[in-house]
Amino acid sequence: MRLEARDHVPEWLTFLVPILAIFFSLFVAAILLIIADAPPLESFYYLIKGAFGSKNAIAETGARATPLILTGLAAGIAFRAKFWNIGAEGQLYAGAIAVTVVGTGAINLPSTLMIPFLFLVGALAGAVAILPSVILKQLFKVDEVVTTLLMNFIIILFVSFVLDGPLKDPMSMGWPQAASIVDSGVLPQIMERTRLHFGFIVAIVTALMIWFILGKTTFGFKIRAVGYNSSAAYHSGHSVIKTMMLVACISGGLAGLAGVTETAGLKGYLTLDLSPGFGYTGIAVAMLAALNPIGIVFSAIFLATIYVGADSMSRAMNVPTYLADVVVAVTVLSVLISLVLTQYKFYFKSNSK
Amino acid sequence: MIIDFFEILLNAGFWAATIRIACPLIFATLGELICERAGVLNLGIEGIMTAGAMVGWTAVYLGADLPTGILYAALVGALFGLLHANFTVHLGASQHVTGIGITLLASSLSYFAFRLILPSSTTPPKIEAFQPLQIPLLSDLPFFGPVLFQHTGFTYLAFLSVPLTMWLINKSPFGLAIKMAGENPMALEAQGINVLTIRTLAVMIGSAFMAIGGAYLTMSAFNAFYFGMINGRGWIAIALVIFASWKPKQALLGALLFAGLDAYQVRAQQLAGAFIPYQFFLMLPYVLSIFAMVIAAKKTRYPKALLIPFRRGERH
Amino acid sequence: MTKVSKKFGTLTANENISFSVSKGEILAVLGENGAGKTTLMNVIFGHYIPDSGTIALKGVRMRSGDTKAAIKSGIGMVHQHFTLAENLTVLENILIGRNPLWGWTLNTKAAEQKIMDISERFGLKIDPHARVLDLSVGEKQRLEILKTLYSNCDLVILDEPTASLTPQEVDNLFVTIQSMVKSGLSVILISHKLDEILRVSDRILVLRHGKVVADMARVKANKALLAELIVGRKIKRPIQKKAKFTSNVLDLNSINTSPTQGSPMGLKNIDLELRGGEIHGIAGVAGNGQRALCELIAGQIKPQSGNLAYKGVLVNSFNVKKFMAMGIAYIPEDRNIDGVIGDMSIQENSVLSELNNPKIATPRGFLLLKECVAYAKNICKKYDVRTQSLSQPARLLSGGNVQKLLIGRWLERNPNVIIACQPTRGLDEGAIAAVHSMLLNAKSDGRAILVVTEDLDELLLISDKVSVMYNGSLTAAKQAKKLEKREIGLMMTGSKIEETIK
Repeated sequence: MRLEARDHVPEWLTFLVPILAIFFSLFVAAILLIIADAPPLESFYYLIKGAFGSKNAIAETGARATPLILTGLAAGIAFRAKFWNIGAEGQLYAGAIAVTVVGTGAINLPSTLMIPFLFLVGALAGAVAILPSVILKQLFKVDEVVTTLLMNFIIILFVSFVLDGPLKDPMSMGWPQAASIVDSGVLPQIMERTRLHFGFIVAIVTALMIWFILGKTTFGFKIRAVGYNSSAAYHSGHSVIKTMMLVACISGGLAGLAGVTETAGLKGYLTLDLSPGFGYTGIAVAMLAALNPIGIVFSAIFLATIYVGADSMSRAMNVPTYLADVVVAVTVLSVLISLVLTQYKFYFKSNSK
Repeated sequence: MIIDFFEILLNAGFWAATIRIACPLIFATLGELICERAGVLNLGIEGIMTAGAMVGWTAVYLGADLPTGILYAALVGALFGLLHANFTVHLGASQHVTGIGITLLASSLSYFAFRLILPSSTTPPKIEAFQPLQIPLLSDLPFFGPVLFQHTGFTYLAFLSVPLTMWLINKSPFGLAIKMAGENPMALEAQGINVLTIRTLAVMIGSAFMAIGGAYLTMSAFNAFYFGMINGRGWIAIALVIFASWKPKQALLGALLFAGLDAYQVRAQQLAGAFIPYQFFLMLPYVLSIFAMVIAAKKTRYPKALLIPFRRGERH
Repeated sequence: MTKVSKKFGTLTANENISFSVSKGEILAVLGENGAGKTTLMNVIFGHYIPDSGTIALKGVRMRSGDTKAAIKSGIGMVHQHFTLAENLTVLENILIGRNPLWGWTLNTKAAEQKIMDISERFGLKIDPHARVLDLSVGEKQRLEILKTLYSNCDLVILDEPTASLTPQEVDNLFVTIQSMVKSGLSVILISHKLDEILRVSDRILVLRHGKVVADMARVKANKALLAELIVGRKIKRPIQKKAKFTSNVLDLNSINTSPTQGSPMGLKNIDLELRGGEIHGIAGVAGNGQRALCELIAGQIKPQSGNLAYKGVLVNSFNVKKFMAMGIAYIPEDRNIDGVIGDMSIQENSVLSELNNPKIATPRGFLLLKECVAYAKNICKKYDVRTQSLSQPARLLSGGNVQKLLIGRWLERNPNVIIACQPTRGLDEGAIAAVHSMLLNAKSDGRAILVVTEDLDELLLISDKVSVMYNGSLTAAKQAKKLEKREIGLMMTGSKIEETIK
């Protein structure tokens, strides 16, 4: 079997990639459901119902999509420049810590100032969290995959530390959690009596901004050029190093924003289980959307649907909730296969030289 | 007070713990080493270790004997390795993304399957794990008895795998082919050996090692499987491989060094817990791994063909 | 006894080439780059399949396109670029493939013994346990030769073997070749160095433009004759307008770079002057430091010693952006790797270097998309870049169009200095003519142009001045119209014109 790169990938074929991937992952889900003794069609019904069946359900899906959009953007923009940021999880928590430090009473501003301020602080914290990995890469050529990843563990341990000590909420009866974000900092609900909060809007606006930057600014142009061919970019006078560093910091900052939405929007306070792997799921979100910012919004909503729907489906059909994680993982791999399938032609004759 | 910190090093329990903690790292590092020597970066290690931990334990829980449990774990590891190789070696997909995908898949499948077989209960079920072996005379030695001769069979297997890997890599023709595949695949192809096959086999064998490393945790170190139990050991192994310059003997050294620091950190916690929160001690392994990578990054002896997919007929 | 004979025509690289090599004979294959030497050897060795013709070894016809069969029949090849695993030892590099894959042992003892034997017989001193990384270039080559001898080859092909050797190592190599031949092996030696060929070969085969132009015994050959044969007799002189020269735009004085900077060949005491309105051509076989020179002038490398002056002012800091701002344009030889970004559209490639241009983007950094399109349209129209649509990825463009796009993009910046490295490599006739006319027009506009090329026809066609790059050094510049191709051929092959034996 031989692979030969296609000269030109037609547009419709690139759209096929996420669709193929989704179908394949749902197919695998169906198989797992059968193994778990749950009729697939009925299970899918509960899944859809759980995600969209009521106002509350839709709100939950939206609330779930919020951090996924942001971590998806974080992964997306970094991967565009071929900077493999696997540390979104840690950068998210860094943002959450920062917001807790300034937002639980230390500083008091009116809402209209407080909320943007919190977002700014969170983004900065996320950018700072990724700095060590970038610096190590530029100075010592250390692979960023492992360093960003190890930082996740370090940061989460740090969260555990601050929740036990400096930031512990004296009123939480010994349970490790931080004090609540002050009222002026809490993100308002946008759908009454649901958990859907202003963070959702922020996430979508951010996606639009990233889309704008990538497509319509010189900086976005540089990011794409460096990612596609850093040598040609260098020969044309661009500073590859500067671009990479900026991209990495923006990526960290986006993940930090996710920390803000979860702390100040969804939960109201920092806990150890603030993120059930949003940072890693963000990678799947980005891959599914082919690193396209607008696509990432849809892809995040899709994966949020899977998670929220799987929650209620698993209760109804007595299937382990980890099914959702399996679907997400299969999605990543199916995207890879689909990419190869669409970018290459397959030849099945034996190789002749 | 300061003396107490030094006294830890004189404690037999500390050394015995070092050896125990090193075992999963030894398996994992050797496994990743074999993959990378062939030119393939296997980022699925964390997930494969999880799968190995779960499968080995569950096999025993469902009635198999301990050695068979290890075998099942190895088999599952090799299967994930095959999947990885199909993407990276045969299709030439990104080794970074494939690895992350495999980690996610192997972990989530393990948790899913575990919950399926064992619906939630308040106390995690246990199995009859490997017990420390009693070796006549040697086990009763003062100090060296508990340090070296009161370990489980699985532990000795871990240490045995080091000379085994050394033989494989350095003395066997297959090992030479693996090394060539990772350094100059064109030269290998020129000799009529199929690079893709060699790489696939290397990844499968390496992944089997990784899974066995995971199984060690549930079948020897502890006797239950719980979520998040691998806790980053896979990623640490990746750092250790670089630190070991892709050599098995140095991998053993690195694993022992690391395990020693980890064992030390646990005991130091008890002494200094009043002053320094335990979390900072727990951070040490990860910080040290990053440190190890910085030191090792100066050595540019990467297998030359690492991360580069090989396409027949393409001249590089 | 005839060992090998072949007649074939392949693509345009080799046309109807027939020759034979006898047992115990050293055949030298001579020709400038692009003449078809390497293609020919690759055909013999099985990397390429000839379109027609046969190869026979010891009277037995060989299957084409099968490297393994070639090795089995007894043909060994030592490539110009070594196929060694740097991180492994000498022994490991030799042992690969020699034991059954599923066997238990590598039989290292027996192998070591055999290596020692061969070492002694052929004068190839080497330590079997040394890591290849630590070997000198000469030793690495000895290892490559050892590999072929270990396989008991009857015919060994050496492709440009002395390219990176010291004079001492060259002597050792020739001793080895002599002893190989004494034991009954045949050797084909590919080279562009006349001195060495005349020193060691029995017969000489000269290729030009893919055809055999001479097949003679060594005794009948001399330098002058060979140089003439390589480059051919006809010389095309362009009709050039009288040029108006300006003062020096760029002055390089005693520039030295170390071998670790950019090119494997360091630059040695380079003196170069570029004037506006003049095309300075640099001839030379690739690998003699041309790349380092280009990268230096483009601002990518800082010289270890010596200085560079632009318009009379000494330049202290070397970076691409600054040099671009000064007005230096660099058209790299690997246009697909360093020039265009294949996956980006033609439109985007057109403005790749123009992000600071107020016509293309606002100072704040917003792309003016309509202007980008207009800019791209303008380049394509002005420089005849043919494409169906501007939004197609650039990798769909033919080589000629890519080059026109690149040169056009640089010309739009109104540069004072243009460096063109192998500008017409791999292009068809039409594109070559287009590129030449672009360069000549640029010259008429008063720009200083440096053209590095292996194509002597091109060199003499468009250059006003010519110098030759050899081993990191640059010869003094001479007027192109006063120079004979033969002289250039000699300079390219390392001989000085005064040494020509009539």
